Amino acid sequence: MILKYLLEKEFKQFRRNPIFPRLMVAFPILIIFVFPWVTTFEVQNIKVTVVDDDNSTLSHRLTHEIENSRYFNLVGAEPSYQLGLADVEKGTADVVLDIPRDFEKNMIRRSGSNIQISANAVNGIKGNIGSSYLNAIVAQFATKIASEHGLKVQPAVNVITQNRFNEYLDYKKFMIPALITMVLILLCGFFPTLNIVSEKEIGTIEQINVTPVGKASFIIAKLIPYWAMGLIVFTVCFFLAWLTYGFAPQGNVLLIYLDAVLFIMFMSGFGLVVSNNSATMQQAMFVMFFCIMVFILMSGLFTPIHSMPQWAQDIAFFNPPRYYIEIMRSVFLKGSNFMENWFSYMMLAIFDLLINFWAILSYRKQS
Amino acid sequence: MATAINVNNVSKRQGNVEALKGVNFSVNRGELYGLIGPDGAGKTTMFRLLTTLLVPDEGTVTVDGFDTVKDYEAIRSRVGYMPGRFSLYQDLTVEENLKFFASVFSTTIEENYDLIKDIYAQIEPFKHRRAGKLSGGMKQKLALSCALVHKPSVLLLDEPTTGVDPVSRYEFWQMLHKLKEENITIVVSTPYMDEAKMCDRIALINHGQILKISTPKDIADDFNDALLEVKGENLYKLMLEIRKMRTVKSCYSFGDSLHVTFSETPDTEGFKKELSELGQGGLTITPIEAGIEDSYMKLADE
Repeated sequence: MILKYLLEKEFKQFRRNPIFPRLMVAFPILIIFVFPWVTTFEVQNIKVTVVDDDNSTLSHRLTHEIENSRYFNLVGAEPSYQLGLADVEKGTADVVLDIPRDFEKNMIRRSGSNIQISANAVNGIKGNIGSSYLNAIVAQFATKIASEHGLKVQPAVNVITQNRFNEYLDYKKFMIPALITMVLILLCGFFPTLNIVSEKEIGTIEQINVTPVGKASFIIAKLIPYWAMGLIVFTVCFFLAWLTYGFAPQGNVLLIYLDAVLFIMFMSGFGLVVSNNSATMQQAMFVMFFCIMVFILMSGLFTPIHSMPQWAQDIAFFNPPRYYIEIMRSVFLKGSNFMENWFSYMMLAIFDLLINFWAILSYRKQS
Repeated sequence: MATAINVNNVSKRQGNVEALKGVNFSVNRGELYGLIGPDGAGKTTMFRLLTTLLVPDEGTVTVDGFDTVKDYEAIRSRVGYMPGRFSLYQDLTVEENLKFFASVFSTTIEENYDLIKDIYAQIEPFKHRRAGKLSGGMKQKLALSCALVHKPSVLLLDEPTTGVDPVSRYEFWQMLHKLKEENITIVVSTPYMDEAKMCDRIALINHGQILKISTPKDIADDFNDALLEVKGENLYKLMLEIRKMRTVKSCYSFGDSLHVTFSETPDTEGFKKELSELGQGGLTITPIEAGIEDSYMKLADE
């Protein structure tokens, strides 16, 4: 059985590679213990400078309130708004809170005053979220003061938000499946591609091509080790996520594996197409990199597809990772069953067939 | 004598270059056959056609009686190929490489050990060393062992001695002669003319065309012009001066000397005097027998 010898050779080479075996250990560790903490969308440690023109009991209380919030760091107080802005320019502050003169007087006598919030929006997310957090604190403060002084508070609609399937908006629950996707892309897309192209580049493929080894066995022997490793890393990551953060899939585990297998088949088929059409590692690397950027950014992995413009949504329709991620999230977080995701499964299966058919067509031993 | 390889009117384009133009030759069974020509002559393309890696645009190639297009699978288990570039797995050890190539041909090292014994014995002390860490000569021996491990009937060696030291080169040709005794047909290419005379027959090839096919001796003997070897202090200037002379037919640089032919019977003394008058010093001029390289230059010129 030639395949057995080919596989033996692949595993030997993998073990001897100075980098790959280490990456296999590093991936799960980074994905579970490091990346969830750094890919946070939660904005914290917003640096605030207060310009207190009023210098009253009330303005001090407001400042204190901000200081106590876990989202803000009070970095200083400036005597004028201009100096506050200068802090933003220097980068020592993200937000300037300007409390006007007669703040206390107006609040109590006329039950209303203006406060100015200026946020540095160079980092859009931080600026936007920072100023809305600050808004919320100020609004809460105003209500509290009003009720303390027995003033009528305008009746407002009280909105209660309930976050289904991820009650506490824990971004880790959202990010971990996404990060595991990246690993599958790397292990099952990048590695076999580069491996095949390196045989081309070193010339060993020429020696193999004149042996009776069939092209199917040769390619399958390249893919099997990475499929296996992809699934192992996949399993280890989910297991670690369960141990560390207590995340367990809500739906059927087999459905998640079916999803992963379909996706792995696509990625490796895609990698083969790239490797068949590249002569050097460098070419293959750049083509893969380019395509994977498109795959990831248009897959809904980090930003929702429905908020993209229509033309981008149309492109995303033809983006296979998108279906993989849809299934993953709906089964993992919502516990959906197969029928609720049949369309995504079907799309993945269609892409698998197309890309692997193309891969077989484009592989030639002769020219 | 049976024919092992038959190349019939083969042409092949590689990109924009016509790598081979109507090439014909045949190799007898058990023959040591040389393809001699400079880089870019089309030698490697010829090997890739013989190993079924390329398909000819025109003409047919048969190896061991099998057509390289229709019966390529039969050919692949019958030929041993050693590409010009070292192409074994550098991260596998010597022994692992040999084992691997034996097993992909569904055989074992033990089964054909007799054939590779003489060659493999020389690298066996290093069998646990990775192939990438071997010296040039040892790499070449390993590659030859791997090409032989399945007992091929035809051995195709593309520039096996390029980048190998003179002693190893000599040893290598000794090994080929031994293999010939096992009745293995060997086709070998080389850019070194001095290796040509080790072959039974040679084909001189240039710009994708065969210039001449014969035994090395006949090719050298066919050179019927008188030949002078000229040495001097400044070879380059000397060559330019000689080429300007009316009676001179050709003048080529051969390492530390020049080989000169004339359109009429040369007068050695007069020639020497003429050159001295042009200010060339340290001249020694001797009539010599032509070698294969002289024939090659002459044929390539025509």
